[in-house]
Amino acid sequence: MKPAPFAWERPASLPALLDRLATAPGSVKLMAGGQSLGPMLNLRLVEPDLVLDITGVPELRQARLEAGTLVLGACVTHADIEDGRVPDNTGGALRRVASAIAYRPVRNRGTVGGSLAHADPAADWVSALTALGAAVEIAGRDGLRTLPLEAFVTGALDVALRPGEILVAVRVPARPAGAAWGYVKHCAKIGEFAHAIGAVLIEPGTGRGRAVIGAVEGPPLLFADASPLFGGRIGPDFAERFDPGAADAALHAAGMADAVARHVHVTVLARAVAQAAEPSPQSLPEAA
Amino acid sequence: MSQEGVGAPLPRKEDDRLMRGRGQYVGDIRLPGMQDVAFVRSPLAHARIRAIHVPEAYRDRVFTAADLDGVLPIRAVSGLPGFKVSEQPVLATDKVRQVGELVAMCVAPTRAEAEDIAAAVVLDLEELPAVHDMLAAREPGSALVHEHWGDNVFLETLVDVNIAAALDAPIRVSRTISTGRQCMAPIEGRGTVVQLDHRLDQIVVHTASQMPHIVRNGLSECLQIEQGRIRIVSPDVGGGFGYKAILLAEDVALCWLALRCGHPVRWLEDRREHLTANANCREHHYRITAYAERDGTLRGIDCEATVDSGAYSAYPFSACLEAAQVASILPGPYDFPAYRCRTWSVATNKCPILPYRGVARTGVCFALELVLDAVAREAGIAPEIVREKNLVRPGQMPFENITRKHFDSGDYPEALARALKAIDVAAVRARQERGEADGRRIGLGLSIYCEQAAHGTSVYSGWGIPMVPGHEQASARLTPDGGLELRIGAHSHGQGLETTLAQVAHEILGVPVARTRLVHGDTAMTPYSTGSWGSRVMVMAGGAVAAACEELRDRAVRIGAHLLQAKVEACRFEGGHVVGPNGDVPLATIARTWYRRPQDLAPDTDPGGLEVTAGYKPQRDSGTFSYAAHAAVVAVDPDLGAVEILDYAIVEDGGTLVNPLVVDGQIYGGLAQGIGTALFEEMRFDARGQPLASTFADYLLPGPAEVPMARIDHMETPSPYTRFGQKGIGEGGAIAPPAALANAINDALRTLGVEMLHSPVTPHRIVEAVLAAKARSAPARARQAA
Repeated sequence: MKPAPFAWERPASLPALLDRLATAPGSVKLMAGGQSLGPMLNLRLVEPDLVLDITGVPELRQARLEAGTLVLGACVTHADIEDGRVPDNTGGALRRVASAIAYRPVRNRGTVGGSLAHADPAADWVSALTALGAAVEIAGRDGLRTLPLEAFVTGALDVALRPGEILVAVRVPARPAGAAWGYVKHCAKIGEFAHAIGAVLIEPGTGRGRAVIGAVEGPPLLFADASPLFGGRIGPDFAERFDPGAADAALHAAGMADAVARHVHVTVLARAVAQAAEPSPQSLPEAA
Repeated sequence: MSQEGVGAPLPRKEDDRLMRGRGQYVGDIRLPGMQDVAFVRSPLAHARIRAIHVPEAYRDRVFTAADLDGVLPIRAVSGLPGFKVSEQPVLATDKVRQVGELVAMCVAPTRAEAEDIAAAVVLDLEELPAVHDMLAAREPGSALVHEHWGDNVFLETLVDVNIAAALDAPIRVSRTISTGRQCMAPIEGRGTVVQLDHRLDQIVVHTASQMPHIVRNGLSECLQIEQGRIRIVSPDVGGGFGYKAILLAEDVALCWLALRCGHPVRWLEDRREHLTANANCREHHYRITAYAERDGTLRGIDCEATVDSGAYSAYPFSACLEAAQVASILPGPYDFPAYRCRTWSVATNKCPILPYRGVARTGVCFALELVLDAVAREAGIAPEIVREKNLVRPGQMPFENITRKHFDSGDYPEALARALKAIDVAAVRARQERGEADGRRIGLGLSIYCEQAAHGTSVYSGWGIPMVPGHEQASARLTPDGGLELRIGAHSHGQGLETTLAQVAHEILGVPVARTRLVHGDTAMTPYSTGSWGSRVMVMAGGAVAAACEELRDRAVRIGAHLLQAKVEACRFEGGHVVGPNGDVPLATIARTWYRRPQDLAPDTDPGGLEVTAGYKPQRDSGTFSYAAHAAVVAVDPDLGAVEILDYAIVEDGGTLVNPLVVDGQIYGGLAQGIGTALFEEMRFDARGQPLASTFADYLLPGPAEVPMARIDHMETPSPYTRFGQKGIGEGGAIAPPAALANAINDALRTLGVEMLHSPVTPHRIVEAVLAAKARSAPARARQAA
């Protein structure tokens, strides 16, 4: 379980990184925390000619609030978020998600940008940040572009990066006043990748709501308008109005044929809804 | 009891080294000029080898079967009638019969470079249909793992003790029960470093092994080299559990390679090799019927048991020990009058099945204890009643059961009673009645087993496998400064023998445990032993150490009597001193006299001195019977299938406990593995015989959050046959949990009409069963409503 030979470089600036990405011959893999790429290299599932370590670029490790929007550099670690070393505009939602990702050693090294770019459907950030309405900043030699996360993650382990581009930051909008948050994942054991994820961001006051069913075969199933899951209307009584049949039908329509898997996903979503309806502070999103 | 002798709960001496990361394992060995080996392994479960293409540049670094002159295949033959012999080639010859089978050996200065070479070797294979299902493998027309056999059955056995007498019982409950295939997953995998010692003309094999002397037997036979030219050194070993009680083809190949290349060579198993190519255990299938009276009294058990033995018979335990043992131990701790059991050891295109902590007992306990709960439900009585009705009773001891197993001692009903009290059955039933606010369901599960351990010559000569234990030997040597060295041929790799055997010696000689050293794991320095397996070492090596120390003591008394100018008969040994009528002399003085001042010895002193090798067998070698009652309380989430263990109580009887702390540790560790068997661990295969897990992301082990702090209660019924009354207990912790937990889950889901009969009981399986039960009951409800 040793990787095939590869070259390794650690550029010190974003222009240098983008330059190398564009000009390096052969195949290139970007490494941030290396918590997924490391094992993939060792198992020889990937055999790049060059690994570009992006953690030497200072701005990728920074986080700031920008007019209420949280901008997390791609190399901010799960532990940075868990420990509160970055600002929070989500009422603690990000911290709670971060604190239950895998195990602490993984959280010490794993990064939010790496997790999104790897796009494992069972990973937490893919689902949680989609529910929170996050977007990603993408840099190329031609400049920056921004994509909503749901447009960025195009499939299992598949994202909308073009050749020569890298994900540099995640933009998380502030959690609206009065918005309720629920996030539940189901694992066979603590720290394991999720078998099902449910995430909801509900605004009972305005009637708006987003919901995500994650850890499915492709990208997370997003209900940008979650009202169909609540009999067509979101109000203060949203928890009582939750309609499991609507979620089940959506999963069916999305191609999830296995009834057991649908039952588990619908249950987890229902529990995320129930969690959102609990008076805060909410309990930690432990593996269900 | 002295402060450090038998029964003292001493912390383990070896932990100072092991817990500080100062253990010395095979992977820590660095030798000048050592090169690393990576193997080219079969990617297919069953295929004919057309050709092996080795790039020209690597011709001198890649070796195949064609190169292995004089190396014989591994043969682990059983003497049981009808056993079919498999020959496991060290490197594959004409066929490969499992994924991961060794095809070529690549050597390079580093493992990474060796893997690069391995990746450049191209195999031309003609894929054959894979035999992946042990039941289908028994059917006519199945593909054949070993063509010349004509079928896929290593061995079929039948025991029938008057089953006809049970057939008219009013209760008859049949179930199909099975256990998943597992990997043992010790923290340290296998590893072997081989170097040549030209001075002694020896091949020195450093290998993580539970049984160095047996490895030497096997290597000598495969390499056709006299035993004097082979030395096995097993250093610190990071967990064995049976996996390191096996001679691997890798060991043989590396010895040949060292002889060929001249420089030291190393192979360290990585986790993918461990999971996909080497470590397999546990896969059993039962069709079992229990016959009983309405009050729960068993009339008989009838069973067909099949074990998926994999492609080859593993050395030295063979492919049939697992299934053949099933037939002899299925009755467990129960007394009933009629019994039939037919077993098959089936060859498939999977890794050979290897003995894993508990060996056949875990599967047997799972099958029998689940069917007993089914009897209880059928009879409408509590599960504990069925057990109380049928357990062997203390008045029957020593007891010979229906398969002629000889129970040495014990009070099984008392263990059950204490477990029921510890778990507080009434409180659990009341909570069940109330229901849970979160919708989960509470269940209570019981499981009782007995563990025959330290069984010896009379038992193993019957199996006729390459290894039959006889007398166990130990050496004891006083050093000139009064310290004590013990030498045993078995191995300690988590059992705490460096502490517990020193306690045994202290009991006899009074030497402080801190001044006693255990030398083990080296064939050059220790007496022959079959090694550490079958929960035998505390009984066997413990007995041998005691015997050696007793002889040493008697010699010391004779020397001491002379120093005290007293008659031997007037002297006694007490607290590390020889005490005479007019004074006493400490052991250290006696040692100093023997070694440094022989002029002070009597002219007719015993020339044997203060070094003794003694042998030991218990008064009966049919084994000790330790046992335990486990009681578990779980909360089951029927919608997600999540299982939380709320409480776990264990009442165990290991006879006299040499060190209760060490016993607790053995039970906790076994429990963790038992929880893995019950809820998490499974190596699945697809129809092409491909293993479906290659990392711990796919092969789930329980972690700290999944293992509860169990409550342990000890009973101590001494064995009448062993030196201190001690019994083997090393495996028991892993035997009962799968049955206790499955029974608890089934109790929790009883009202939903769900019964889980396959381990591991995973969340997916639970939800699947709950939904299926709902689908079954929905039409029934609809009919009722109409």
